[in-house]
Amino acid sequence: MTINMKRRTFVKGGVASIMAGSAVTIGLLSTKNVFAAWNEKAFSAGAVNDALQNGFGSAETQDSDQVMVEAPDVAANGAMVQISVESKIANTESIAIVAEKNSKPLCCVFSPGKGVRPAMKIRIKMGKTSDVIGVVKADGKLHIARRSVKVTAGGCG
Amino acid sequence: MASKPMKIRTKTKDGVTTVKALISHPMETGLRKNKDTGEVYPAHFIQEIVCKLNGEQIALFEMGISVSKNPFIQFQIEGAAAGGTLELSWNDNKGQSETATAAIK
Repeated sequence: MTINMKRRTFVKGGVASIMAGSAVTIGLLSTKNVFAAWNEKAFSAGAVNDALQNGFGSAETQDSDQVMVEAPDVAANGAMVQISVESKIANTESIAIVAEKNSKPLCCVFSPGKGVRPAMKIRIKMGKTSDVIGVVKADGKLHIARRSVKVTAGGCG
Repeated sequence: MASKPMKIRTKTKDGVTTVKALISHPMETGLRKNKDTGEVYPAHFIQEIVCKLNGEQIALFEMGISVSKNPFIQFQIEGAAAGGTLELSWNDNKGQSETATAAIK
């Protein structure tokens, strides 16, 4: 009886996991064509310049007052720092958020398509007090703006 | 898989639709250690979020480990017709994914 019971459970579990597995596979297949190749080099870079070089093909930047970065002056919790970046530059291709002193500085890259405003808001982790840099790529050039964020409790540990 | 389904909110004002999404995800950096055993928690984070409007890709978020746990994102669409279907799907470094849809309000 016990053996039989176990077998039942096993069969049930097996069927369930197969179903879950196939669901995942279907999910992967349908999304595979859509997702672009994730830029591992840029996101695993340990320095801001490397991240920009790998992510945008250039580390040359120029300060711009057309890039608006909104960030708290003091972040009590470094695990959740809300940052918004807006670009007023024409032909903005992508917007990146970089936390300068994080061990992996590049946080995220937003690529707005047709009809989407070149502005985004996201919550990031910050290990320690540093500048948050909004990077806007437009016409092949990188425009940046900085905001200093004081972190009282780091959120990367 | 995600413990809670993704939440998407849309709101249109003066022709601009604001989209807010909250995803339930651990966003493990791969740098954190278990204090008792010294073992490193393996990295587990969302790499991409694809945003589609009525089946057409309109925006893409690419992310690294520095995005907060349970990521919150916000962006704005101009001139999206009410009733349109907005679809957000993410995939992470472990090959997991989730897709959710919401109507443009």
